[in-house]
Order: sequence, then structure tokens, then C-alpha cells
Amino acid sequence: MVSVTSKVDNRAPVPAQGYVRGTRAYIARTLGNALIVTRREVRDSFRDWRIMVPIFLLTLIFPLLANGMTNVFIGFFEDNGAEPLLPALLPLLPMIVGFFPVSISLVIALETFVGEKERLSLEPLLSTPLTNTELYLGKAFAAMLPPLLASYTGLAIYIGALVLGEQQWRPAPFLIVQIVVLTTVQALVMVTGAVVVSSQTTSTRAANLLASFIIIPVSMLVMLESVIMVQPHRRYLLWYIVAGLLVTVVLLIRMGARIFNREELLGRSLDQLNLRWVARIFWSQFRGPLGDRFTLWRWYRLSVFPALRNLRSGMLVLFLCLAAAFIGGWAAAGEWQVPLDQFEANDETLLDNLQSWFELGQDNPQLIALAVGQNLRVLLAATILAVFTFGVMALLLVMIPFGILGFIMAQVTMSDLSVLPFLLGVIPHGVIEIPAIIIAGAAALRLGSVVTRPPKDMTVGEAWVRALGDTVKIGLAVVLPLIVVAGILEVTLTPRVIEFVLAR
Amino acid sequence: MIETHDLTKYFNDFLAVDHVSILVEPGTIFAMLGPNGAGKTTTIRMLTSILQPSEGWARVAGYDVVQQPTLVRSHVGVLTEQHGLYERMKGAEYLDFFARIYHLSPDDRQHRPAALMKHFGLGDALDKRLGEYSKGMKQKLALVRAMLHDPSVLLLDEPTSAMDPQSAKLVRDAIRDLRREERTIAITTHNLTEAQSLADHIAVIRKGRIIANGTFKQLSERFVGPPLMELHLAGRLNGATAELAPLVDVVEQGDAWLRYRTRDPQRDNPNVVRRLTGLGVDIVTLSEVSQTLEDVYLQIVEEDEGLERDGQRNE
Repeated sequence: MVSVTSKVDNRAPVPAQGYVRGTRAYIARTLGNALIVTRREVRDSFRDWRIMVPIFLLTLIFPLLANGMTNVFIGFFEDNGAEPLLPALLPLLPMIVGFFPVSISLVIALETFVGEKERLSLEPLLSTPLTNTELYLGKAFAAMLPPLLASYTGLAIYIGALVLGEQQWRPAPFLIVQIVVLTTVQALVMVTGAVVVSSQTTSTRAANLLASFIIIPVSMLVMLESVIMVQPHRRYLLWYIVAGLLVTVVLLIRMGARIFNREELLGRSLDQLNLRWVARIFWSQFRGPLGDRFTLWRWYRLSVFPALRNLRSGMLVLFLCLAAAFIGGWAAAGEWQVPLDQFEANDETLLDNLQSWFELGQDNPQLIALAVGQNLRVLLAATILAVFTFGVMALLLVMIPFGILGFIMAQVTMSDLSVLPFLLGVIPHGVIEIPAIIIAGAAALRLGSVVTRPPKDMTVGEAWVRALGDTVKIGLAVVLPLIVVAGILEVTLTPRVIEFVLAR
Repeated sequence: MIETHDLTKYFNDFLAVDHVSILVEPGTIFAMLGPNGAGKTTTIRMLTSILQPSEGWARVAGYDVVQQPTLVRSHVGVLTEQHGLYERMKGAEYLDFFARIYHLSPDDRQHRPAALMKHFGLGDALDKRLGEYSKGMKQKLALVRAMLHDPSVLLLDEPTSAMDPQSAKLVRDAIRDLRREERTIAITTHNLTEAQSLADHIAVIRKGRIIANGTFKQLSERFVGPPLMELHLAGRLNGATAELAPLVDVVEQGDAWLRYRTRDPQRDNPNVVRRLTGLGVDIVTLSEVSQTLEDVYLQIVEEDEGLERDGQRNE
């Protein structure tokens, strides 16, 4: 007879929604529960020789080898009279010593998430009162702690051997801090990326294949860091990389926390792409709630305009970014002033140039196609890049022309030239083109960023396919017509307006 | 208590659970039967707040599975279909890990796992690594894990699979004990004998729908018919069957035996005996032919398949 009863500890009651009051108590409880998971995972990792042997080698043996290499390098450079190069090249070694153990975090992260899913030990854990956040944090800490500790230990051994040894090179404390911060942030990126990868797959094999999406960019980043590292006067750039990586971490954590949920982890049972389902979701989003009766006006009213309304916050972000780019370009003009006064850029010269353009453009409707094609190319590129950069590149790509515009306007203002022709060169078609850019940019931003925060009742895949449906719909129904009209105005009306003003 | 209303789950286009409504009172054992892929595990996962219902609602131990998932999971003990243990851990470490997650008091953390393990005959295995456990030991350990926090509701997916007969009996007895303690228990199983012996209420699920539910007696009567009686005679029947027609429904007969169905054996059996004795036929034995849940289950599934083929299945 099973009559053993238990009492739940009153000091540490079972976590419950609405029970924990206050942010501090919530954080303490969340971390407390997460650490229960972390402790188990770390203990498990320490029992796995496949993890421990490489960590041991990279922590204890590799730093000593690197130390020996430092000796060899110093000797080689001194023998060849190239001592001045040593301060530039030697910091590469501690960077590598720190990075190698951290790269294992990727393996552990993939193992702790998808490995557990594959061994079917995840479901009992998901059946406990742990929240998704506690599970996510617990496993992320577990993936990060052993490799980071190994990395710091490796660095300490390497630097300790340098300090206590006979070598002449003593890395500056600031450089060490920079390497430690860089290493830590890289580990964060890899682990948070691995969480995203492993929660979207059901087998370690699939996760390892997808891990190349993390390994390749991080390897390229390490190369870039190496290039910067060997240029001591440019090492401040490494802080920009740290900042960029931190932004990436925040986006990945946001994405991971949203998609690391029980439904996604257990509901996902296939790694295959269901194209029929993708096509159906895409079409339903593209078409909208039209029922059986399709008319163009109904489509615009019931599908296109509501989708446009959903982009309001994105459009606001785009508008603010474009304004910031314009102001930034303007501000940069003070720094790098172009001597426009030295050019013969008076009204007559401009008018002559314009008229020769007219002659070129007359009877040449291809100019319209060129103008339209150029704008579409940029917007398409921004949209595609947005997909791979959480929307960031969509912002940057459309900001660049506005930065340039601000720069030119400021240069013209600072010179003796009249601003009016330049303004008129933008405004007539810009009235149409700029809203089109803002709308297209907002759609691309949403397409790229929706994966970081899909709506609660949707999987990441469905949210993305629906965002794609909206993007294509808005692109075809709103952006394309606006860009075409802007292109026609740019070729036919804008030059006439400038000509009219200049001639007077 | 477990209560669901029109509980439905879609995986993209696939309808895994189709408007399931059940009510399981404390102190009862509810068995879900059905072919593989029928939607039993998905139902259990929704009742554990692991999967969210696409439609409908469910309350477990008084908590809503969508609005209060953490509370649901705090009050439910789950034996998952795949018990997936951490093979490098020792039994004691494994249970301590879950005891910490459930925030058991230090005293309980120390004593309860050992007591449960001892009850299930695993007292000596606490310090063994789980990789060294046999299949049955693993199953029992998973059951101990499910009972660790003394839950008021237990959801047990195939509780005795992979167990030897002795262990299976131990587990069945434990489940009966839990019923006596007024806990709510839902089990899924392919072992129909076990379901018949344990369950107070049975639901047969096929393609996500409950196609039949009730007590074994109710299901048996509805799908197989009233109790079947078998009569063996000392001599030949010699046309006595016709004399019985007004009393009972004779379904089979041989030279010296016959089977009949009766809704009220208490009333009809003495009449049959009297009538045959009156005709000078000596009776050797009269007994009820036992119906098994397997007969009932196969009949239910077969009927549903037939309805599906004919396009008559009720939507």
C-alpha cells in the first residue's frame, strides 16, 4: 500500500502563477529553479568523457602549447629583427586560447536541448511545474558555464605562465579584459543561437547540420577580430563588435525565450518542410478573409489595408531611423566638408547639365524602367537581407541613401549654392517614393524580426510564412504601384520642375 | 478531478484530438483505449499543460490547463509514454532532482523517494546508475517519480508496459491504493485485461474521437449485447428450443447445448430451467459466458470502421 504522503515545504512552495509577488521574489524564484536544472545538467556534462576530455585538453594542455608557441614567435621575430611586430601579433594567441574552449558551448547547448529531446527524457521535465523561462535559463546556463569556466581557466593558465615565465611579453590588463569580454559575448551568441537551432529540430544530426548557421558566421567574425587585433590602433573597433554581439544576444534570447516552449518542443515532430502547408498558409494570408467572392476592391479593403495597419509601429520605427540617418548625414557634413565652391556649380552650369540629361532621356522610356528597377532592387535586397539579420539590414540599407541625402543637403547649405534646386530634385517624386520606402522597409523589418517574437498562438514557422504573405501582398499591392508612379514622376516631372526654377 | 469539454487539438492540418469531453471524479480510474495514433498521448499532454488545446477547455485538479499551467503541473503526476531517464544519474540523484523541482521539504526529500522505491522493490537500486536498470525497473522508477510529490491527479501512459507479471501486479495494486486515497487517475493502455480489472470508466478513442465510453458493463451490453448464458444438457434438445423462444433469445445451439442472451438473468434463468425441466430435459450446467474487454473493444472499433466506410459516422 502506497501510503507515504508528503508535505510541500512551506518556505519554498511550488511555483504558481500569481503566487510570487514582486519582481525580486520572481527573479529569485526563477533563478533558483533554473539553477536546479543547471546543477543537474552540469553534473551530467562532467560525467561525460566526450565533453570533459576536450575541455581538459583545451583548458590545461592547449594554453601551455600556446605558451610554447609564444616563446617560438618571440624568438623568431627577434632573430629576424621584427620585434616591433610582436605587440600586434601576440594578442592573437590569448584570443584563440579563450575562444577554443568556448566553441564547445555550442556542442553542449545542442546536446542539452535536442539531445534530451532525442533521448525522450525531455517530456518528464516538461511535465513538472518549471516554467518555460526557468527551463530555458537553466539549460542555457548549463551550456555556458563549463565552457566559460574552461575558457577563463585556459586564459589564466596562459597568462599566468607568461607572467611567471621568462617571456618578455606581458599583455596589458585592458587587452585581457577586452579578450575576456569578447570571449564571453561570443559564448553567449553561440549558446543562444544553439537554443534556437535545437528547439527547431528533433535530432542531434539535424541540429549539427543547422549549427553551421552559427559556426560559419562566428568563424568569420573571429577572422575579422583577428584582423582588427593585429592593428593595435584599431582595437577599439572590437568594442563595437562586442556591442553588435550583445544586440544579437538580446535578439536571440528574445527569440529563444519565445520559441522555447513546451508546444514547440514536443509538438514539432518532423524536420521536413511541408510545402503544401506552407503554400496554404501563405495563400490564406495573401488572399485574406475574402470568402468566395474576390474583387480587387474587396481584396484591398479586407486584406491589404488591414495588413498595412499592422505595420504602423514598423513604419514609425522606419520613419525615425530615416530621420536619424538624414540628421546623421547632415552632422557628418560638418566633419568632412566638400569644397563645392571650387566647382563651377552655379545655376547655369546645373541648367546645362540638366538639359543634356533631358536630351538623353527624351524618347527614352527606359529611364523610367531604370529608376523603378533601381528602387525595386534596393528594396528587394533590403527584404532578403532582413530575413537573415532579424530585420537590421533592412533598416541599414534604406537608411544609407537618407544619410547621403542629409550629407549633400548640408554641403549645399554650407556652400553658396541655392538649396532650392536640390530640394526640388527630391520632393516631386519623393512625396510618393519615401512613403513607399517606409512601407516596404517596415514590411521587411517585420519579416526579419517576427521570428524573434512570433504571436503567442503561432509557431515561428507559421508566423514567418504569414509575415511573408503580408510582405508580398503589400509589396505588390502598395509598394510596387507607388514606386512605378514615383519613377514616372522622377523622369518626367522632377527635371521639369528643376528646369522651370533654374530657368527663372 | 479531470474535466474536459470539446477538447480539440490540431497539428497544422492534422486533427489529433477531436472534441473530447470527459469527467473523471476523484477516487475513480479512467482508462483510455485506442489504436496507436488515436490521440491518447496528445490528450494526456493537453491535460498536463504541455500542449495547448486548439479548441475547448480542460480543468485538472481544479485548474485550467491554459490559464494555470504551472498549478496544473504541480498537482499532476505524469508517467509519460517514453519515460526517458538520465542514464548517467543514480536513482537517488534522479529522484532528488525531481523532488527539488517540486519543492519537497528537506525531510520529504530525504525519506519519500526511499520509501516509494522500497515499496516498489527498488530499495537496493537507489545507488545504482540508471543505465544499469532493467526496463521494468526503469518503468517503476518513472512511476515513483510521478508519485513523488503526492499528486491528487495521476496521468499514467502505459503504466505496466515492459514489466514482468509480478511487478505489473505490484503496480496495479498501487494504482488501486491510490484510488482508495481518492485520487483521480487516468490511464492509457493497450493491455485490455488490465484496463478491465482496473478501470471504473472506459473510453475508446479512435482518430481523435471518443467513439464509445462507459463502464465495462455498459459497453459490453451496448456493443456485444446482454449477458450470454450457456446451458449444457444431459440429453438431446429435441425441439426444446422453440419452447424457450418466448422467454429468451437463443443465439446458438448444438445437440446437447445452447446459448441465449438475457437482459435479466435473475428473472429469466429460473424460468428457463423450470421450462426445460418441465419438458423432461435434464440440465448439467448453466453458466454465464464471460465477455472480455477485448471482445467489446474489437467490436467497438469494428463498428466504427464500418460506419466510417459507409460514411455514416456521426460528426
